[in-house]
Amino acid sequence: MDEAATRRRRRLIYGGLVGFLLVLPLLAEAAGQGFYISFATRVLILALAASSLNLILGYGGLVSFGHAAYVGIGGYVVGIAFVHAGDGTPILGLLPGGTDALVLLAAAMAVSGLVAAVIGAICLRTRGVAFIMITLAFAQMLFFFLVSLRRYNGEDGIAVWQRSTLPGPLDLNEPVQFYYLVLGLLLALLYGLNRLVASRFGRALRAARDNEGRAQALGFSTFRYQLTAFVLAGAVAGLAGALLVNATGFVAPSYLHWTRSGDLIVMVVLGGMGTIAGPTLGAAALMGMEEFLPELIDALHDGAGDYWKIVLGPLLIVIVLFARRGLAGVIEAAAGAGALRLPRLIPRRPGQPPRRRRTRR
Amino acid sequence: MTADAVLRAQGLTKRYGGLVANDRIDLDVRAGEIHAVIGPNGAGKTTLIGQLTGAVRANAGRVHLAGRDVTALSPARRARLGLARSFQITNVFAGFSALENVAVAAQARAGHSFRFWAPADRDADLNARAADALAQVGLGRLADRPAGALAHGQKRRLEIAMALVQAPRVVLLDEPMAGTGPDEAADLLALLGQLKGRLAMLLVEHDMDAVFSLADRITVLVEGRVISAGAPEAIRRDPAVRAAYLGTDEAAPGAAGAR
Repeated sequence: MDEAATRRRRRLIYGGLVGFLLVLPLLAEAAGQGFYISFATRVLILALAASSLNLILGYGGLVSFGHAAYVGIGGYVVGIAFVHAGDGTPILGLLPGGTDALVLLAAAMAVSGLVAAVIGAICLRTRGVAFIMITLAFAQMLFFFLVSLRRYNGEDGIAVWQRSTLPGPLDLNEPVQFYYLVLGLLLALLYGLNRLVASRFGRALRAARDNEGRAQALGFSTFRYQLTAFVLAGAVAGLAGALLVNATGFVAPSYLHWTRSGDLIVMVVLGGMGTIAGPTLGAAALMGMEEFLPELIDALHDGAGDYWKIVLGPLLIVIVLFARRGLAGVIEAAAGAGALRLPRLIPRRPGQPPRRRRTRR
Repeated sequence: MTADAVLRAQGLTKRYGGLVANDRIDLDVRAGEIHAVIGPNGAGKTTLIGQLTGAVRANAGRVHLAGRDVTALSPARRARLGLARSFQITNVFAGFSALENVAVAAQARAGHSFRFWAPADRDADLNARAADALAQVGLGRLADRPAGALAHGQKRRLEIAMALVQAPRVVLLDEPMAGTGPDEAADLLALLGQLKGRLAMLLVEHDMDAVFSLADRITVLVEGRVISAGAPEAIRRDPAVRAAYLGTDEAAPGAAGAR
């Protein structure tokens, strides 16, 4: 197997995907299907959230079953600020409301990160099933707390009928601008994550995932690194929540429901745990199926579209059994196997022997 | 108890319910020496290692590392203060390459890991130190091999390299020969012999040839108690050791150099 060629093919595949995302609004508008821009925006926002979960789930080995809580909290920061901006009352008698996107996105990250710090500090004293259950329990507590808030319409949530405002000519009401903002944030996050997981911090985190006792015996205080990852993941999820409110126009406790946390886990597993591109691929796959499969199935058998998850279930099982690194792993395999044969960009010098193929170990 | 002990245990006691695993164990390791701990199965050796590293909380007693009381510190803190260990059952990061296993050990010793940007696997300083430690244990040519794909004896060496690269004050070697074939055991013995004098080691080992050829001092544990401690010759002659641990004359350690 030629590693350089594999890397080249991988770069080409992912470069092609990024290129597709960059021109997607143009394609959608050309096709007169503006809907796809807002749909793609939501996919990319969920990709942000799933990628943040991947930091602790994929690279930290910590199965948090309450990650939607941080998305929801970020969303509520925007929603609550909007309510108070509308009626002019201060939040908790202290802070003014507002609709400034830059302030709100930063505040959403700060509040979600802070909540993650408190919850993480408690949950990270447990491992395995206990960790799954306690993260779920905290998320459910927050869910019911928000349901109980009558000031913010309890279960019905807040209709945020005005998007957050950006300085200058920038406007989140413009679907294309909103799309590129989210795409930019996602690409920046993925680049940052790529650096992070390869850094000393990331290596300590991965070492703790692979063999925590050994990592501690070497001198890593694993709790500190895991908590830091948990807080970073919570903050990014908060950012995704704040964006999601702007995309959907409302925020409600349903944002924090445990099934939403489950969706995020499915995205990460489907796309590939511990891979940079995986959660994005998983978000696109899951939301794509949710969006298009019902129609497709209805066309085959009228009224059966509601049961689209009958396709999702077996697909997940196949992925878990046969493709441990999910869709990203499938792409890796395709790049490695040379499924895409590319012409050499630089012709071989005459007299240079053809590179020998190394056999697989 | 001498003043230059790098590791000192005083009165270490561990009870599991009614069972006393370790009963007031005193022990010290001096700079540059190999101190072996031997004893039949169930003598409390594993518990002792756990207490020294901090994985097992002692019911009573204290542990000092280079004069500092570390009894209340976590395994990670003790490791950062210079207590390295190898494990009885091979314990490496199987998915990391041999080099990266050693580099991550060096990283753990190099202070905190709150560095979020520069790629760790291209850290020239860590890699150079890791390559040096790998060369010392004779694994230089296998640096890129995934640790999980190494042979058993190579993994044991890798563990020693992971300890070496941390430039520890003292290394606890928990049965480094366990599960090795005769050739591998001879290689490991030679390796530990080379390291002798440069590094303080506490050696827990069943291989009596290794123990009696390497150790400067030996402590004999039986049923959680120290029944004898001293130079190898004294231990060999101690009737209490013969009776309690070594049993009959024909199993006497090193008597004929036979195993």
